Amino acid sequence: MTATGIGAPVKRKEDQRFITGKGQYTDDINRPGQAYAVFVRSPHAHATIKNIDAAAARKSPGCLAVFSGADLAADKVGTLICGWMIHSKDGSPMKAGVHPALAQGKVRYVGDHVAVVIAETLAQAKDAAEKVSVDYESLPAVTELASAQQAGQPQIHAEAANNTVYQWHLGDRAAVAAAFASAKHVTKINLVNNRLIPNAIEPRAAIGEHDAGNDSLTLYTTSQNPHVTRLVLAAFIGLAPEHKLRVIAPDVGGGFGSKIFIYAEETVCLWAARKIGRPVKWTGERSEAFLADAHGRDHVTTAELAVDANGKILGLRASTKANLGGYLSTFASSVPTYLYAPLLSGQYAIPAIYCEVDGVYTNTAPVDAYRGAGRPEATFVVERLVEVTARQIGMDPAEFRRLNFIKSFPHQTPVIMAYDAGDYEACLNKALELADYRGLGARKAESARHGLKRGLGFSAYIEACGIAPSQAVGSLGAGVGLWESAEVRVNPTGSVEVLTGSHSHGQGHETTFAQLVSQRLGIPIEQITVVHGDTDKVQFGMGTYGSRSGAVGMSAIFRAIDKVIVKAKKVAGFVLEVPEDSIDFNDGIFSSKATNKTLTFPEVALQAYIAHKFTGAQLEPGLKEGAFFDPTNFTFPSGVHICEVEVDPATGATRIERWTAVDDFGTLVNPMIVEGQVHGGIVQGVGQALLEGAIYNKEGQLVTASFMDYTMPRASDVPSFKVAMTSTPCPSNPLGIKGCGEAGAIAAPAAVINAITDALGHEELAMPATPQAVWRAANKSPQKLAAE
Amino acid sequence: MFSLFRKGKKPAEPAPPEPARPAATASAPPATARASTPSTPGGRMIKVSMTVNGKPVSADIDARTLLVQFLRENLRLTGTHVGCDTSQCGACVVHVDGRAIKSCTTLAASCDGAKVLSIEGLAQGGKLHPMQEAFREHHGLQCGFCTPGMIMAAVDIVQRRGSGLSEEVVRADLEGNICRCTGYHNIVAAVLAGAAGMAAKPHAAE
Repeated sequence: MTATGIGAPVKRKEDQRFITGKGQYTDDINRPGQAYAVFVRSPHAHATIKNIDAAAARKSPGCLAVFSGADLAADKVGTLICGWMIHSKDGSPMKAGVHPALAQGKVRYVGDHVAVVIAETLAQAKDAAEKVSVDYESLPAVTELASAQQAGQPQIHAEAANNTVYQWHLGDRAAVAAAFASAKHVTKINLVNNRLIPNAIEPRAAIGEHDAGNDSLTLYTTSQNPHVTRLVLAAFIGLAPEHKLRVIAPDVGGGFGSKIFIYAEETVCLWAARKIGRPVKWTGERSEAFLADAHGRDHVTTAELAVDANGKILGLRASTKANLGGYLSTFASSVPTYLYAPLLSGQYAIPAIYCEVDGVYTNTAPVDAYRGAGRPEATFVVERLVEVTARQIGMDPAEFRRLNFIKSFPHQTPVIMAYDAGDYEACLNKALELADYRGLGARKAESARHGLKRGLGFSAYIEACGIAPSQAVGSLGAGVGLWESAEVRVNPTGSVEVLTGSHSHGQGHETTFAQLVSQRLGIPIEQITVVHGDTDKVQFGMGTYGSRSGAVGMSAIFRAIDKVIVKAKKVAGFVLEVPEDSIDFNDGIFSSKATNKTLTFPEVALQAYIAHKFTGAQLEPGLKEGAFFDPTNFTFPSGVHICEVEVDPATGATRIERWTAVDDFGTLVNPMIVEGQVHGGIVQGVGQALLEGAIYNKEGQLVTASFMDYTMPRASDVPSFKVAMTSTPCPSNPLGIKGCGEAGAIAAPAAVINAITDALGHEELAMPATPQAVWRAANKSPQKLAAE
Repeated sequence: MFSLFRKGKKPAEPAPPEPARPAATASAPPATARASTPSTPGGRMIKVSMTVNGKPVSADIDARTLLVQFLRENLRLTGTHVGCDTSQCGACVVHVDGRAIKSCTTLAASCDGAKVLSIEGLAQGGKLHPMQEAFREHHGLQCGFCTPGMIMAAVDIVQRRGSGLSEEVVRADLEGNICRCTGYHNIVAAVLAGAAGMAAKPHAAE
């Protein structure tokens, strides 16, 4: 390991601009002649639009235009898409309703986009927006997932009878039934995976710009995947041909999934820029983010686990209703299906698994991928089932897990996934030691002396990351391939630009990707620039989500570097006048047994460009190579998190006393950054378990629509964490990387709820475990709670 | 069962004056329930003068201009960010006359004659403030969006409380700043280290 190579805790290159206020986020950008857009949003969860009267708004000072869905339709602007086809059990394709960027005659959730007002200044746009008079005929709303499919409920989309998008399943129902029939013990639990609002601290924003001279469009936007945005806006929504559309995602202030999707606002800004002949800027406010950014989770599940007399797991089955909101967001359909059920084997050897999932429309904001996306929901099911089962059959939860762990690899689960590498016991053992599991009894006794209840909960999670290979996801319904691309451009002076299709919005790619290049080419990290987030610079890319940028994005860079080295050796061969295959390249030096002369990497780069030592017939000048990397499998990060809480039964307050995380991410590129990803993920998971929950009332109003009502974790809500690693390198990519971005959020909710229920001595507790919920659980009998 | 969701935490001390406005209600059309811009008709221009990052500035502005808008739009100092519309997230924290305030709920007019310090003015002569150094050294930032407000709030904590801070005090005093990326672990480490750095190397920015 070099000081700046793979495995070194290199301080981040991007930090200089962020700590000095010189970052450039979308809202920091202004374009000449720019006008401002404000959206008129539905105050109703479900209503017919009888009329939109914009006459007064158009006369408002500074107002340039007011557009509604009719204007988009007249221009034949395509509707927003859902890019993953799911087929129901009966083989029929999912029943997707139309999703217009601006409502066409009907609104389907509070915050739905009805019209856009564009004015000279933001204040004037807001003033004019208040003068748009919309005549609604309100309709009964469907907001409860549990009853949304019942006969007689209002119908949200004509295409989806009983508000049901699909009734999907995975696994062998008969094999599971047989396993349960032979079981000694069956555990059955009901779970709610609460709805979350992503709340990246940078609100979404967009600037559309039209170059009339070239008839081309540019979109500056807060995107995790600018090329996918361009593809969808070009090929499906039809705003411009792909080669006439540039999408720039500059510094992006957090995403967590919510900035993957192609939303109404950027679509409308881009379209309107051409329409009015001026750049159009929209910057979302937090209230808009609450209402209309895609939400996460929102499952209701019944799950059962069957074990034999020795405590070996025989089978698992789960039945889930997944709330998809009022429209299908870009990847909504995949989250509760192929990103969820294939993870229900957890870290365990489970012979038979069956899962059925109903995807359901309600009059709420669209629900899509949020940090972990399906995998936190699966881990919550598996790890609650396992913990409760251990308690019910009287086994130590750690030993019950150990007994059932998968111990040899590769391991084919009954639900698609073939786990390639792992050592689950190693993680467990290390976590037990770091958490001082043996001392738990004494700590519980000490808490009890103070009238407090202490509990400990495990979460042995697994995730499928990389979100690849392309052929596999294609066979499961994905509309795109999920490889990644990279280009390594060596300059004549030996400095390097790396162009990547991954996108960094907090992950530190400018540092970690440069570490890879520094190590492999033997050049200082200062000589390397990572370029991302601009479709005019980077040829193509699939973006960043699903913990894929290391495993897939860096692997593409790795392969491009391979090609650079091959070419550079050819150049060095001509310069040193030795056979190309006699040349070694180590630590930035080209050498050969055939000569005692050597060349540095910059010297070879210069020779590649001046091309004096070879003819055009012998070798092409220059030193620039690209690669597309498509992995052969998903990656399978895993780990054991242990949460220890102290509950005050008098107040219901839960305090996290200790948190131990032992994760196996394979190869670590930068342990400092990896640990930071773990910390952040844990707190999002703790937020779900203790604090956060999006609440719609019966009328479909989002009651938790601000930071004053939706409880974001703050510094005083969480402790510091003990984070450690084990490593079994991933065999399906050249670096052995598994990915770390989502682990904490996947592991944490089950660990917290397992800890609190251990403290309380019963299982009747739902997320978020607010003080009120915990107080109720601590002070009422489980039978009474269950009956309520 | 969700009624114990924390209601409106107060911003970090000292609190900025909150403009009187009705809370957004669920039944109001969301497009009009915008808290960050007063709904009074604009147009009345006023002249403000203040010192920003050591430089005197004056401008004719719409009377309803917020300090954050004045910094970002008039002065093009875009390091100060807006992350919410309820004075909760703290991405907009700057110092006015040596005290941390939330510039998203402060009228620029109310800062007439004041000394304003934003993130851009914290480094002196190309040398980072010890708190900036500590955030980089301890990986106290990821996406960077909350970072300017975090750093300005952290400097204020040390200036108010001195450098001998405990983790508990730092966590409590950061209640007016939300970070979605870091889980606070490394921010807390950075603030503690920055406090030590400020004690060792007094910095002239204030």
